[in-house]
Amino acid sequence: MLDVSNISKIYAAGDKALDNVSFSVPAGQVVGLIGPSGAGKSTLIRCVNRLVEPTSGSISLAGKTITGLSSGELRSVRRRIGMIFQEYALVERLTVMENVLSGRLGYVSFWRSFTRRYPAADVQQAFALLDRVGLIDHASKRADALSGGQRQRVGIARALEQNPELLLIDEPTASLDPKTSRQIMRLLIEICRERQLPAIINIHDVVLAKQFTERLIGLKAGRIVFDGAPTELSETVLTTIYGEEDWKTLDSDMEAA
Amino acid sequence: MSETRHPPVWQHRTTGKRLLMWFGWLCLVALCVLCWQIMTKDTIWAFVSDAPRQAADLGSRMIPPRWSYLERLWLPLWDTLNIATLGTLLGILFAIPVAFLAASNTTPSRVLVRPIALFIIVASRSINSLIWALLLVSIIGPGLLAGIIAIGLRSIGFVAKLLYEAIEETDILQVEAVTATGASPAQVLNYGIVPQILPAFYGISVFRWDINIRESTILGLVGAGGIGMQLQASLNTLAWPQVTMIFIVILATVVVSEWVSAKVRHIII
Amino acid sequence: MISNSNKSVVASADTSSLSQTTALNDSSTRYSTYPTSWRRPAVFFPNRWLRWGLWLLAAIWFYLAISTIDVNWVRVAEGIERGWRFIKGFLTPDFTSRWNDISTGLVESLTMTLTSTVAGVVLSVPVGIGAARNVAPTAIYYACRFIITVSRSLQEIIIAILFVAMFGFGPFAGFLTLSFATIGFLAKLLAEDIEDIDESQTEAVRATGASWLQLINYAVQPQVMPRLIGLSLYRLDINFRESAVIGIVGAGGIGATLNTAIDRYEFDSAGAILLIIIFIVMIAEYTSGFVRKWVQ
Repeated sequence: MLDVSNISKIYAAGDKALDNVSFSVPAGQVVGLIGPSGAGKSTLIRCVNRLVEPTSGSISLAGKTITGLSSGELRSVRRRIGMIFQEYALVERLTVMENVLSGRLGYVSFWRSFTRRYPAADVQQAFALLDRVGLIDHASKRADALSGGQRQRVGIARALEQNPELLLIDEPTASLDPKTSRQIMRLLIEICRERQLPAIINIHDVVLAKQFTERLIGLKAGRIVFDGAPTELSETVLTTIYGEEDWKTLDSDMEAA
Repeated sequence: MSETRHPPVWQHRTTGKRLLMWFGWLCLVALCVLCWQIMTKDTIWAFVSDAPRQAADLGSRMIPPRWSYLERLWLPLWDTLNIATLGTLLGILFAIPVAFLAASNTTPSRVLVRPIALFIIVASRSINSLIWALLLVSIIGPGLLAGIIAIGLRSIGFVAKLLYEAIEETDILQVEAVTATGASPAQVLNYGIVPQILPAFYGISVFRWDINIRESTILGLVGAGGIGMQLQASLNTLAWPQVTMIFIVILATVVVSEWVSAKVRHIII
Repeated sequence: MISNSNKSVVASADTSSLSQTTALNDSSTRYSTYPTSWRRPAVFFPNRWLRWGLWLLAAIWFYLAISTIDVNWVRVAEGIERGWRFIKGFLTPDFTSRWNDISTGLVESLTMTLTSTVAGVVLSVPVGIGAARNVAPTAIYYACRFIITVSRSLQEIIIAILFVAMFGFGPFAGFLTLSFATIGFLAKLLAEDIEDIDESQTEAVRATGASWLQLINYAVQPQVMPRLIGLSLYRLDINFRESAVIGIVGAGGIGATLNTAIDRYEFDSAGAILLIIIFIVMIAEYTSGFVRKWVQ
């Protein structure tokens, strides 16, 4: 489904964020991307929809290469990839409905989006998605009137409104409390299962990652140092990724959660 | 300055720094004295010493104001308000594209377009609307149109500067999220940036409108229409009671417009 | 505990995915129960009639305002040629043929700017302190507020007209005008700053039994000094711009030179003067930004 091969990214300042990263994600698989801060997790998923331009390497989605496209072609690739952000990244001063409908921007003309007159099917789908994430009564509220968990649900609805073939999820729970975090993760996994959607979840909470994903990729200093099932994530592997630490407490953390 | 009063054992600046500071102040004072001498070299001090008498004389001629003149001021006042409002609209119309071209995150080219946009802003801001009016009256002739365009030209720089600063302060993440949906650049502007700058935009516009009311009252001095024309005519005929009356009307207008703009900004923001 | 919560996740995911997959198969009907349109609620005037009424009023005003612009098209057509000459003059400015007038005007403007800013700052300090409610007695407070209000609501041009009538033509009237305007501008901001200062610091100094002067010196001055310097530089910039204007009513400076040049339709000299003004304002803005950073 998604093939990433030999991606490298060197920022203008000379920092090497990604070093020859390759992996592929089959249809319907939810992959957790773990690693310490600054390991390049965020850069990696932004390379996939090219919010960040990779320095070298190639990426293909459903057999079609998406690196090196013209800006028009890039837009039509981006609309097939839904993205969910750490700080929700809703346009705060727009209503919830406008935020969800903005998922259709890649499909409608400027005039339609400017006058907010979206096709009936898009509006129906938006209402259905808001219903799915439990926010249908909030459609006409402004996004900044919602709580953190609610905003992240709107973010999810916006990504799904694109009818994506792939979800990129950047630290979905970093700004949420533990309870809401788990609710959001559960919702995300459910939705991916419902739609057979492949997803890459960039997540720093190892406990949540182990519990909710079926495959984990460990990133350290821009390189893949682990790729396997959550059960294979041993203490030695964690030490490789994050460095020395008493990892035994992790399991008791999981008990507590 | 204040250091001298501290006890000698404790100093919060080193001796070298203090000396440098004293030297700086000394230079400033010397420069001031020099400027003062150059400036006043042609001043006729007899006129200056005569000023209190002149002021008293002027005062006695200005008071009381000619209240009956008020009825001939309503139409020029209406013109003044129109100059300010239409000029503000005109300025905003041009300021919006200039602001987007000048903001480093929305400009199509940082090397080529941005410097031009920034120059437009500086040129418009450096030149007072009265000078614009002076030029325009000489180019297209006296009248309201010259005043409106003068106000508009001056407003471009003011509005565009504050607006492009607001654009540069927008939250990148929100813009990124809209881009990630596959939106076109125009859609990113419409959904990602415009909602974020809209409150600032309203505030800036009303603020500039308030300033423009103030400025448009005197544009008539150079023939660009409005109540200033009456002021110019009264000054030329030394009709001081009328001048006083005009000052009162201008003052009242300015106070009211300031109040309105404060109220509107309070409601919007 | 952990196994429980895990199970419930899987269970709920399973049931909902079942129900949803059946719905997914028939895409044409899957959302048919939801509304097909949505309108954004109005932000400012929720009442539709009020909103349309206001638009109508605005349209009527716009029509009336536009119709009062009495344009002499013959004059405008003549002016287009002059406009071109101005733009050409702006692009090929003539600094030389009127250089004597320009340099005299410029020196007047610059000296006027500096002296009036310094005088204005020096005078605005006592007025500003007097207009701060937390350090000044009531009577002085109202007197200083009155000075500020008068200075702020009268524009430079109007003050210049009066001062020229009293002191005669020339830069001295301009100096007085700009100093007076500076007092209003700076004293108001200074007073607001003093009113905003940290009360605990004033109290700490007051508790040591300090006199009023000591209070100002130790508690107030350190807190407002950097901003006062910043504002003074900003006002220097404004005063230069204003000095280019008040010459039009006879208060000296480059404005008088500019006025003459435009009156004589010498657009290349006018262009040169305007470019000089723009250039100096740019330099002033750049250096004042630099100095402000250095002070803070």
